[in-house]
Amino acid sequence: MEKQTSGLAQALGYLFLLVGAVASILPFAWMLISATHTTADVFASPPPILPGDQLWANLVRLQETTNFAQVCLNSAIIAVLYTVFSAAVSAMCGYALAKYRFRGRGLVLTFILITMMIPMQVLLVPLFQIMASLGWIDTFQAVILPFLANAFGIFLMRQAFESFPDTLIEAARIDGSGDIGIFFRVVLPVARPQLAALVIYTFMSQWNAFIWPLLMLNTEANYTIPVALNTMVGLSRVDYSGLMLGSLLTTLPMLLIFVIFQKQFVAGLLGGAVKE
Amino acid sequence: MSAATAAGRRSGAPRQGRRPGALERRTSRFGWFFAAPAVALFGFFFAYPLVASLMQSFQVTQDGVTGFGGLANYEKLAGDDLVWLSLMNAGILLVFQVPLMIGLALLLAVVLNQSWLKFRTTFRMIHFLPAVTTLVAYSLVFRVMLQADGGVINQLIGVVGIPPIDWLNNPFWARVALIGSITWRWTGYNMVLLLAGLQGIPKEQYESAALDGATGWRTFRHVVVPQLRPVLIFTSITSTIGALQLFDENFILTGGGPSNATLTPVLYLYRVGFRQFDFGYASAIAWLLVLVIGIFSIAQFWLMRDKEA
Repeated sequence: MEKQTSGLAQALGYLFLLVGAVASILPFAWMLISATHTTADVFASPPPILPGDQLWANLVRLQETTNFAQVCLNSAIIAVLYTVFSAAVSAMCGYALAKYRFRGRGLVLTFILITMMIPMQVLLVPLFQIMASLGWIDTFQAVILPFLANAFGIFLMRQAFESFPDTLIEAARIDGSGDIGIFFRVVLPVARPQLAALVIYTFMSQWNAFIWPLLMLNTEANYTIPVALNTMVGLSRVDYSGLMLGSLLTTLPMLLIFVIFQKQFVAGLLGGAVKE
Repeated sequence: MSAATAAGRRSGAPRQGRRPGALERRTSRFGWFFAAPAVALFGFFFAYPLVASLMQSFQVTQDGVTGFGGLANYEKLAGDDLVWLSLMNAGILLVFQVPLMIGLALLLAVVLNQSWLKFRTTFRMIHFLPAVTTLVAYSLVFRVMLQADGGVINQLIGVVGIPPIDWLNNPFWARVALIGSITWRWTGYNMVLLLAGLQGIPKEQYESAALDGATGWRTFRHVVVPQLRPVLIFTSITSTIGALQLFDENFILTGGGPSNATLTPVLYLYRVGFRQFDFGYASAIAWLLVLVIGIFSIAQFWLMRDKEA
């Protein structure tokens, strides 16, 4: 079939990919161009087609209106803490399900499957009330804690541990290692690729998170980037170039992670999705 | 990774032999030790709020007093036009956006899977880039690009003589804008999934189809599509559930407007729960969402099982 593909079909294929590539890149380019011009220039006719020289001016204004440096720091702290604890919880639970036969294991499995079927939005109202009664509204722990345990991470790690040979665990036991020592020193290092994929996926999902931080964080000093950008939209005169600079700055870390860890990035994003 | 097969494997089963009793206890204890943090978190932040939400959906607040209201919230639900409008908006996404996106993603995946293609890795990476942006950031970019007055998209279509369109303030065009934005963000993601599925099709199947005299289209129809069935079902249903849960994009892009043309169930839940603070009614909306999404989840499970049987 491949050898019979005519020149015309090939040309059409390339054309399709090129059009798609341009459409994929255009919004990124526009983000960069808008972030480096004044708002007036962004909507000028004809529009600018090259990056301008207003980057620093836009950055100064963004810092003045939203305290953007603080907001970035908040996003980073929340995402890092969430990632570390969530990955630890997932790895431990995945290991328990893969390598131990404990009473109630089936029940735990069923329970985790149920959490996958229920949309998280049903939890918003009661979680909001829980956080209010704990006095945790507008704190980082209120953003981090509720979604630390998640089925996706647990199943990803369980799958990673299942292929680990039982005989190696037995051997380590005979050598006198305890269960916790075996987990950290023998099993976990072998699952490093899957753990890397999980860490990237988890970090990205928290960096992205919007509705829950929006509900929890209500003072500017505690905002994450998406929440801060959202408040800028509500202002009477919207600072569009500042908004685009903020969007660019929140996208850059993701782009960087993607370019450096492309394989793990895609694996993490698709980990739970690819069947078989 | 299908859950049924994985659950059936018993790789962690305790060895029979010396001291079975001692090992059994030890295994059980440490199994719980490792599972405990997740179970505790799920219990406190999933099971308890889930039950609380269900109970709350039967409660009404009148004159500042909250009490049992029977099915009052669910009766209100049935007569609330905005609930049905929000479901219909999700339905519009299901009918127009999901097929458009899956179709484009499949086409991209098929072209990217051709052996004559050069720069395959580069093309794949570029098409995947939109999936890397954060949801709020890309929605903001589209909001800026779609501004009626001087927005870059209106300027672009102006080049070919199309008059400016008020994308975000006209109910019809706001839906088109939302469909376009979501398609931009998620096509590459689905493309990678479908590409993985395509690469899982054994070469011999193409060869034997070619021997039987099948040409490009018939090979696609009779070899590629049946083999891709599980991935196609998965991507379609996941996208549908995604449409029902849509919040970030329409919240940023249009705020659900104009005239609620882009209101989705979750955005409506947000308004009722956290703008009007009617927790009881918001919980009832949430449970309607659980029901609708549950139907699609079960459909997915059933469709994919059907194939394997």
